[in-house]
Amino acid sequence: MIQPTDSFEEIDSAVVRFAGDSGDGMQTVGERFTDSSAFAGNDIATLPDFPAEIRAPAGTLAGVSGFQLQFGNTKILTPGDEPDALVAMNPAALKSNIGDLPEGGMLVVNIDSFKSMNLKKAGYESNPLDDEDFRKKYHLIELDLTGLTKEALKESPLKPSDKVRCKNFFALGFMYYVYGRPLEPTLKFFEQKWGKRLPDLAEANSKVLKAGFNLGDTMETARNRYQVSKAPVQAGVYRKISGNEALVYGLVTASRKANRELLYSGYPITPASPVLEGLSQLKNFGIKCVQAEDEIAAMGVALGASFAGDLTVCATSGPGMCLKSEFIGLASITELPLIICNVQRGGPSTGLPTKTEQSDLLQALFSRHGDCPIPVIAAHSPSDCFDCAIEAVRIALTYMTPVILLSDLYVANGAEPWRVPNVSDIPVIENSFAKIEEEYVIYRRDPKTLARTQAIPGQVGLEHRIGGLEKGEDGGVSYDPDNHEEMSHLRAQKVAGIAKSLDPIEIQGEPEGDLLVIGWGGTYGAISSAATNLRDEGFSVSNIHLRHLNPLPDDLGDIIGRFKKVIVPELNLGQLNLLLRAKYLVDVISYGKLQGKPFKVSELHEKFLEHLR
Amino acid sequence: MSTTITEENNLTKKDFVTPNDVRWCPGCGDYAILNAVQRTLPELGIPREQFVVVSGIGCSSRFPYYMNTYGFHTIHGRAPTVATGVKVANPDLSVWMITGDGDGLSIGANHLLHLLRRNLDINVLLFNNRIYGLTKGQYSPTSEVGKKTKSTPLGSVDHPINPLLFALGSEATFVARTTDTDMKHMIETFKAAQAHKGTSFVEVFQNCVIFNNKTFDSVTSRDAKQDQLLTLEEGKPLVFGANKDKGIRLNGLDPEIVTLGDGIGHDDLLIHQPSNPNSAYANILAQMTYPTFPTPVGVLRQLDGRETYEDALIQQIEYAQSKDSDNLQELLTGQNSWVVEN
Ligand SMILES: Cc1ncc(C[n+]2csc(CCOP(=O)(O)OP(=O)(O)O)c2C)c(N)n1
Ligand code: SF4
Ligand SMILES: [Mg+2]
Repeated sequence: MIQPTDSFEEIDSAVVRFAGDSGDGMQTVGERFTDSSAFAGNDIATLPDFPAEIRAPAGTLAGVSGFQLQFGNTKILTPGDEPDALVAMNPAALKSNIGDLPEGGMLVVNIDSFKSMNLKKAGYESNPLDDEDFRKKYHLIELDLTGLTKEALKESPLKPSDKVRCKNFFALGFMYYVYGRPLEPTLKFFEQKWGKRLPDLAEANSKVLKAGFNLGDTMETARNRYQVSKAPVQAGVYRKISGNEALVYGLVTASRKANRELLYSGYPITPASPVLEGLSQLKNFGIKCVQAEDEIAAMGVALGASFAGDLTVCATSGPGMCLKSEFIGLASITELPLIICNVQRGGPSTGLPTKTEQSDLLQALFSRHGDCPIPVIAAHSPSDCFDCAIEAVRIALTYMTPVILLSDLYVANGAEPWRVPNVSDIPVIENSFAKIEEEYVIYRRDPKTLARTQAIPGQVGLEHRIGGLEKGEDGGVSYDPDNHEEMSHLRAQKVAGIAKSLDPIEIQGEPEGDLLVIGWGGTYGAISSAATNLRDEGFSVSNIHLRHLNPLPDDLGDIIGRFKKVIVPELNLGQLNLLLRAKYLVDVISYGKLQGKPFKVSELHEKFLEHLR
Repeated sequence: MSTTITEENNLTKKDFVTPNDVRWCPGCGDYAILNAVQRTLPELGIPREQFVVVSGIGCSSRFPYYMNTYGFHTIHGRAPTVATGVKVANPDLSVWMITGDGDGLSIGANHLLHLLRRNLDINVLLFNNRIYGLTKGQYSPTSEVGKKTKSTPLGSVDHPINPLLFALGSEATFVARTTDTDMKHMIETFKAAQAHKGTSFVEVFQNCVIFNNKTFDSVTSRDAKQDQLLTLEEGKPLVFGANKDKGIRLNGLDPEIVTLGDGIGHDDLLIHQPSNPNSAYANILAQMTYPTFPTPVGVLRQLDGRETYEDALIQQIEYAQSKDSDNLQELLTGQNSWVVEN
């Protein structure tokens, strides 16, 4: 047994993981712990991890749901490699998570669930808690959460079965004690969520949370408490934001800035549904939301509405992207603005619907018929989804083109503190509308951007027809071979020309050296942390993270040329790697991982080191 | 669909003709339908810039290129989705959707179903030639069993879909049929479609001279039509025949043909009642087919009062706007923000 200390130990950061049955409310307690830590002024990053089944059979390994977060007093870029403390609500949660808990880590278990039935369901032949070696290995805290919760709610009018369901908040209260977290944000949450509708439930949860906290105070074994002070950040107003929320807010903001009504159409799919649900809540912002009959229809609705002058958006995930392909081609040839968000998940097919993967970069670039380049950008963190949404809209409206915005499950569901921007500081986005006083030639292009202009149905005198057949500049159908070639070149040049509007790539570390790490999307935190650590250790390693994947920034080739080696870590089998090799003829080292999980900082550290020695 | 008449305008058919060469085969029924639509639109009192014609893919779907309005020739089967987007973005537009029997009932049947049930205020014209024209003559989902084509040398084996039954099954609020052989009837039917608020579904019997010539001749030809077409008129008994001496009577749940006279009069016949909320009547009509029955043309069903999708959607937005603020800065800040001071 690790000896508990009696002090309030100051630490820089901590990683906590809650694990239990899908019905145990682990996502909820994780979210609350996050809010409380944000309120305490820490920087945070979160990793919700849940099974594909809504309620897999209780107590089984398949039904385990987890939530990990890291909080600290410095910039926190990842949810942490391994937990410092693990809360396991049942044997299945213990079994599937204990492998990640390092020796000496704090292990809080709900002992009343360690009965033979549950042990058997989890595949334990005997109770691990009876094993002396096991007990010695961790800082084990055994709580009878069911009993303690019942006891705390002796006087509550709730039904006994409802009382027991509050036990997740007992565990949360206890962890709040251990890490010195404020209770207020959670108490406020109970009040906001149930205060009016189910006051008894709000009351019971508050009681249980406090009881958990107070237990810590009275318990010998829990004496070590940790303190994580505030992270130094720029002054301003902050809030916690998830990737999907940031995407929603970015789209709403962009529509305001472009002065164009927002129409969203989507078909439910994990992990993109929260975008549909989030925008549907915002009818007071004038947003039109259409839940279409499938992803093809969602895309058609968006394209029709774009033709009629709205700013239009669809969000989906891999399988939905497959269905949209034909329509994306139509959007490209008719040169209509439209945003297609792909919140990536493990593929192919239904694949790993609730796990993260950088699955669809090549699909975004190439999955169309004909030569059909489309701008592609990728968000690297939850709050970056806000900026990327605005950037996607800028590109779409300036260049009259569909744009693919890649997010992923890790970015979409993860959360971090976000400095709320001042709306008036965000630049206006210009539209490429036709001028009524000029003769309207549908595919006449702006010499700078090569974008055509758009006339909107209802505008007098600008009646015109567009469609999927190849056409000449005036929009007339043309099967002329030279025209087709010219039009294809023009569409490609237009997209390639977007690179001219991009800022120089930001290099972390020296502008030249031994190893350059190139990343894109949700791997930013892990790559950046690992590279920073190596630089601190004196190695010559720099890293860049690409937001624009098509077109690639103009300065990328130069930067690559200044390093002896280039490595591309990706949560796929080497998709960006393939692009870089094709475009720059460099011998890029690919490091792929396909486990439905984000990179650990430690594994990247080790991998980079291999190529530095 | 119905769009309020905004102003007197002096549009004529010429205003709706594009300079583009029309590229249908000589003799194709599509010409007559184009002519009918170009003659209908100027009479609706709607300014030209308010019209949008949306189509899928097929010979029929080339239609927008020949209409001097806003137009969108989309992809195979998906016109209902694009038309929906146009209408939701701007409910003031008069949206006309052109589709074929393959486009609308094979690859795009799912979308058509959802358009009809959502009841957007859009006019759908389905050109039924019972064949895939553009791909050079394979059988279609409306081809009769046993249809011999290049892809079915021994005859097709699958049971065809009846477009009217499909529309009724989707609970369309306006279901009609007309034929490319009757200009006057087409114009009348298209006007009725436009006057209806909600999705108006019109099946147009269309002759493909090249791959399925005369497929409807047994009912629409000069010789046959008197005895084979039953022209529906609201409030009138179902009477047909060269001498108007035959009628349709209900026997239990089954329609039967009776000859007038000999004690059988108009009072014994079914009276055409397109607005009957019970769809059983319209279904009986839709199932009346050659050669057992005369083929009904006209408006089978017109149900007023069901809200359109776009109206309901806009109403929800207006309601939310009347209740909650649209302050973007407040939205971004949220309810659980905190302030960091340096
Ligand atoms: C995705 C896709 N599949 C197949 C085709 C080929 N195709 C074009 S039109 C058509 C059938 C058209 O039949 P119909 O809708 O009856 O129109 P018609 O030509 O008879 O007017 C087919 C199969 C296509 N354009 N796109
Ligand atoms: S193939 Fe048939 S439907 Fe197509 S244009 Fe020719 S006649 Fe008309
Ligand atoms: Mg056809």
